Amino acid sequence: MDLNPYFFFAFAGLAVAFALMVVLKKNPVASAFSLVMVFFCFAAIYAMMNAHLVATLQVLVYAGAIMVLFIFVIMLLAVDVESFDLGRSHRGLRVGAGAMTVTLLALFVWMFRNTATFGKHGTHTLEQIQAVGGNTQAVSQLMFSDYILPFELTSVLLLAGIVGAVAIAKRQSARKEAK
Amino acid sequence: MNALVVEPWLVLSFAAVIFFIGLTGVLIRRNILVLLMCIELMLNAVNLTFVMFSKQLENLGGQMAVFFIMTVAAAEAAVGLGLVIALFRTLRTVDTDQIQLLKE
Repeated sequence: MDLNPYFFFAFAGLAVAFALMVVLKKNPVASAFSLVMVFFCFAAIYAMMNAHLVATLQVLVYAGAIMVLFIFVIMLLAVDVESFDLGRSHRGLRVGAGAMTVTLLALFVWMFRNTATFGKHGTHTLEQIQAVGGNTQAVSQLMFSDYILPFELTSVLLLAGIVGAVAIAKRQSARKEAK
Repeated sequence: MNALVVEPWLVLSFAAVIFFIGLTGVLIRRNILVLLMCIELMLNAVNLTFVMFSKQLENLGGQMAVFFIMTVAAAEAAVGLGLVIALFRTLRTVDTDQIQLLKE
């Protein structure tokens, strides 16, 4: 692996710290901004792994579009900061959730540590990607050849998402007009 | 030989840590907005796993999967937040404990 270990551990540590803040912060706005930082750390790690297109899309789509949506909705709803829910949740549930996730996490880490990744190696070696003209070029060529059908279906999904979001969010006013 | 080498299992374990932080958040929080953010955390962890395997197996199919997951995540956020707004209109709350329309 050609990842710079110092940068990787720095960004990974930051991402874990901010992910914990997403879960533990009282204020949903603080959670949202911690989530932005997590997204940026992920983008940095993608860039270090030579996934440049994914890193760019991470910043544009996640840190840009999705987070704006979250902040906007938080602003619209004007949720009071005092409604912190962590203390109200059932104590047994909290302990059980913590124990379960720690156990599963230990299992996962043990599995990743002690098993080898198997599977057929593809043709996209670093040299081949360089020869094609970089990560973005290689991914784009794949997107418009082998993955053209899923790519087109994505547009149907987005259309359904747009129509669904507008229909759900506008339901009340439409009903009033019907009356 | 540098002692600090980022092995693939380290990256996968880091993704697992983020995923389980998100899962814990979904289990213990009661604010729908934070629940949606935790779901985004979990999706991001899965994306990182895809990129890791894509790099390890020298196959760009994994990065294509990330592209599609991002699209689904964007659609999910739009519809999910639309649902939150509709819920807030009728119930005046974003607390999942207060959402018990079928109980009454």
